[in-house]
Amino acid sequence: MCTVCGCGEGETRIEGHEHEHDHGHDHGHAHSHDHSHSRDHHHYGQGPARAHAPGMGQQRMVEIEQDILGKNDRYAAGNRQHFADRGILALNLVSSPGSGKTTLLTATLDALAGELPLAVIEGDQETSNDADRIRATGAPALQINTGKGCHLDAHMVGHAVESLEPADGSVLFIENVGNLVCPAAFDLGEAHKVAILSVTEGEDKPIKYPDMFQAADLIILNKIDLLPYLQFDVAKCLEYANRVKPGVQVLQLSATSGEGMENWLQWIRMTREARLIGHPALQLPSAAVTA
Amino acid sequence: MHEMAISESIVQIIEEQAEAQNFSEVKTVWLEIGRFAGIEIEALRFTFDVVSRNSVAEGSSLEIIEIPGTAWCLECGKNVDIKQRFDPCPECGGFQLQVSGGEEMRIKELEVN
Repeated sequence: MCTVCGCGEGETRIEGHEHEHDHGHDHGHAHSHDHSHSRDHHHYGQGPARAHAPGMGQQRMVEIEQDILGKNDRYAAGNRQHFADRGILALNLVSSPGSGKTTLLTATLDALAGELPLAVIEGDQETSNDADRIRATGAPALQINTGKGCHLDAHMVGHAVESLEPADGSVLFIENVGNLVCPAAFDLGEAHKVAILSVTEGEDKPIKYPDMFQAADLIILNKIDLLPYLQFDVAKCLEYANRVKPGVQVLQLSATSGEGMENWLQWIRMTREARLIGHPALQLPSAAVTA
Repeated sequence: MHEMAISESIVQIIEEQAEAQNFSEVKTVWLEIGRFAGIEIEALRFTFDVVSRNSVAEGSSLEIIEIPGTAWCLECGKNVDIKQRFDPCPECGGFQLQVSGGEEMRIKELEVN
């Protein structure tokens, strides 16, 4: 169990970490407490020694002044440093369930395979269905099941990166749990949060979930091939997005029909290249491709 | 429901402090929670009660200090109070606002035994 920064106490499973009970899955799931460094060994208030420590029994005030998510933020900073050192562009993809996130991701991986080194971390409460879909594209993928948890945290992602070992200079897509509320609070160490919204949802989603849309650096408006059949007001949606985050970039596309996909692919290429400028080990143009 | 994770973090910080500052019982926990921190206070109280069981914080009460939302208005060139992230500037009506306060989520202090 990883109590460090996350919810789903004892529930989180990261693929590929075997443990003794294999429940007939293709891949063994393990609890992340296998990692000794993840555990701070504190034992409080359990023995008589604590209860009889000197100075007890006196009521007093203790100033704490600590950020509640400080620990997550420190793990996130560690991840961010790791990504910078390795020239990895990490994108945290956030959306509601059913926005077409996994379909967008598989279309993206298909389009960029052979051009850029790619890797995927998949977050879902249960099942490895999404990672299976991703692996079918040939990209290395790792599933994190959060159990009861509603979001990924920086510590889970750090472990997943350890196992996945994305290639230097790669684009790492982190598909967060489908949820527009909780993942907004948890920095994973990504370069950018990308919020995906589909036209089958309400155009007022950006103001209904302002925390998330405010945190996103890019908004993708997906499923635009369905616009003729819907009442979705694109102009209104863009206005709401700009209210929450003035000047935010919005890309309109359809992962299914392919319309507008090239803009998204170009955004990924350019963002990655910009991050690699001046990187000591990785030279442009980006010819390196991993299997 | 990330309030569960937030509560777990609070209890963990308190337990670390219990060891460092030598106390074994917490009576009151003062938290500073910003209006835009994305925290549902009632959910936080509920999960804190559950998560703090069998810890030094068991039975302690939560006192919430709410931090109001403020934003820097580019048009007016000053900080203004806002209630929601997408509110217009109360003075000029514009939306060129950068949230400058209200995202806090801190443990301020504890009353301990």
